[in-house]
Amino acid sequence: MTNGPSEGQAGEVSISPASGLSSVDDVVARLGEHGYLCDRRLATAILVALRIGKPLFLEGEAGVGKTEAARAMAAVLGARLIRLQCYEGIDLGHAAYEWNYARQMLHIRLLGDADDRSRAERDLFSPEFLLRRPLLDAIDNDDAVAPVLLIDEIDRSDEEFEAFLLEVLADFAISIPELGTVRAERPPFVVLTGNRTREVHDALKRRCLYHWIDYPDLEREVAIVRVRAPEVTERLARQVTEVVQRMRGMDLYKLPGVAETVDWARALAALGAVEADAALMRETVGAAVKYQEDLERAAEAIAGSRPG
Amino acid sequence: MPAPVAAPDPLARLALFARLLRDAGLRTGPDRLVDAAAALSIVDAGSVEQVRDALRAVFVGRHEEVEVFDAAFDLFWSDPSATQTAGSLPQRGRALPVDPDVARRWMALLGLPSTQVAREQEGRPDPASSSGYSPGELLRHRDFRDMTWEETLQVRRLLRQAPWRVAERRTRRRRADRRGGVDLRRTMRIAARHGGESFQLARIRRRTTRRPLVILCDVSGSMDRYSRQLLVFAHAIGHRQRVETFAFSTRLTRITHLLRRGDVDVALDHIAAQVHDIGGGTRIGDALHDFNRRYARRVLGHGAVVLLISDGWDRGDAEELGAEMARLRRSSRRLIWLNPLIGGEGYSPETRGMRAALPYVDDFLAAHDVNALDELGKLLAALPR
Repeated sequence: MTNGPSEGQAGEVSISPASGLSSVDDVVARLGEHGYLCDRRLATAILVALRIGKPLFLEGEAGVGKTEAARAMAAVLGARLIRLQCYEGIDLGHAAYEWNYARQMLHIRLLGDADDRSRAERDLFSPEFLLRRPLLDAIDNDDAVAPVLLIDEIDRSDEEFEAFLLEVLADFAISIPELGTVRAERPPFVVLTGNRTREVHDALKRRCLYHWIDYPDLEREVAIVRVRAPEVTERLARQVTEVVQRMRGMDLYKLPGVAETVDWARALAALGAVEADAALMRETVGAAVKYQEDLERAAEAIAGSRPG
Repeated sequence: MPAPVAAPDPLARLALFARLLRDAGLRTGPDRLVDAAAALSIVDAGSVEQVRDALRAVFVGRHEEVEVFDAAFDLFWSDPSATQTAGSLPQRGRALPVDPDVARRWMALLGLPSTQVAREQEGRPDPASSSGYSPGELLRHRDFRDMTWEETLQVRRLLRQAPWRVAERRTRRRRADRRGGVDLRRTMRIAARHGGESFQLARIRRRTTRRPLVILCDVSGSMDRYSRQLLVFAHAIGHRQRVETFAFSTRLTRITHLLRRGDVDVALDHIAAQVHDIGGGTRIGDALHDFNRRYARRVLGHGAVVLLISDGWDRGDAEELGAEMARLRRSSRRLIWLNPLIGGEGYSPETRGMRAALPYVDDFLAAHDVNALDELGKLLAALPR
């Protein structure tokens, strides 16, 4: 990065005063206020990423709260969350910008014969004909607080898109051939998430700080369930979480994530349960276990949950 | 106490730590060092856990590296005097994946008893040791290089020349093509240039892409004579298209990123250093079990083709192997088993493992020479779109 230092500082100046995040404890507490209960490891990674102005790459199993972390960060910072969901075949037109062809067509129709041809072309490719997609939106922002840009499931995109993203993250700029380069005045706080459907290229990771989000421990997960589903009693939350955590130690094809724990607890609460018996849990286990061959094991986890 | 560790300059100490990480296989570099120094100024430097978490976020780039990082951190930032009196290192269930000689050098540098090295490396969890058939497999960092040099070169040349490509399938991406649909963006530019009077349609069409290839390569003792060439083959193919590669004997290791190195020898050295059960026994069922649970849903999208390379000499449970093969078959587009033994005279797949696996295999092919690999190449290129 040739002009790294000045940009890094720009990021720091715009983010830290607004957020007032000065220590790991701050990050934990502020995220907690917004309903996101994280451990100190993640909080440290977030704090460092914010302060040195680098993107944060979050990996972890499905349902451990990667996307949610970005959402909560946006809430803490009082920033806009701009989300880019990646998928195979995502390209510039979906991620960064596209020209508004219908408007351009109308504009051409309205041109008189006398109008200068080259000026007409320049007019057609001016910002008013531009459809701004998430990346451009995040780079070219007028926000008072730099936005949080969530690039979700980057591993689902393909290598070509990754290469493009690399460019964007290198200097927080997007070049539009017809317009020139758009550079971020307030670089967004970038969070990338991945599920390891494929190994993301080292070059991209090099631009980022990295954190692997583990499943939470029992106490934290119970607390998460209680925060996300206030209607669930403490006792029920604990029962469900204990069973789910036992399942995670088992040999399941697909391990239930935190989202599944919450769903399951919610399902039980919706049935009016204050605490769950084994039969009721077996009937509702589909909220947490989604593969037929895992159901048998799930039943074992439930049976082992408690006497009676 | 050795001078470098006691150095008062925190930056020098950090640089030394980065060197240890590099020896352990992590990617370090000036940019990361700069970030690390910045990170240390942000967190509470008095808190070991905060320092650890901050440095981890900087230096680690993939999940597998977390454990390596933590081991290196424990080693480097632990208090030497405390460890010596205790006779063992605190918080160390984890070994550093470095060459024993390198490890000894570091121990000396850090003022730690070098007797720790051997104990440390023997102390690795070893799923196979309970079975007793491959004692000390993890210690055998088998040298790949006992193949003669000329042979290796020959095979490599042939593999490089071979037209390795897996068949294509259609994607959502588009490219200019006269026979395709209308490309509005380019059409509009052309129209603007002519004042909107003539509309010359620019056309675009859906692009095709290669199917992803997933290679599961047996590197157990019985495959010794083949696995090196087959990994060269995986390396050669990996430079043409997307390939995910895994090595297994008693357990499974993802080696995709190791094979990305441009130089095949460097890549193979890295594999030899990081796949600890090279030359050990075989438990194909266990390896597939692991693959199906940890990776299948991740890497078997987009119509992937699976190449399973093994001689089928399996010491595991044949029933489990069958079940895992069935699972693998269901989640892949095409399941191809390459068996180097097929080339031998009078070979028939009589081993229990092979018999259990065969019903689920789409193609059962030889892989003992370049000819056989050519046949495979033809098959891959001809897969339906």
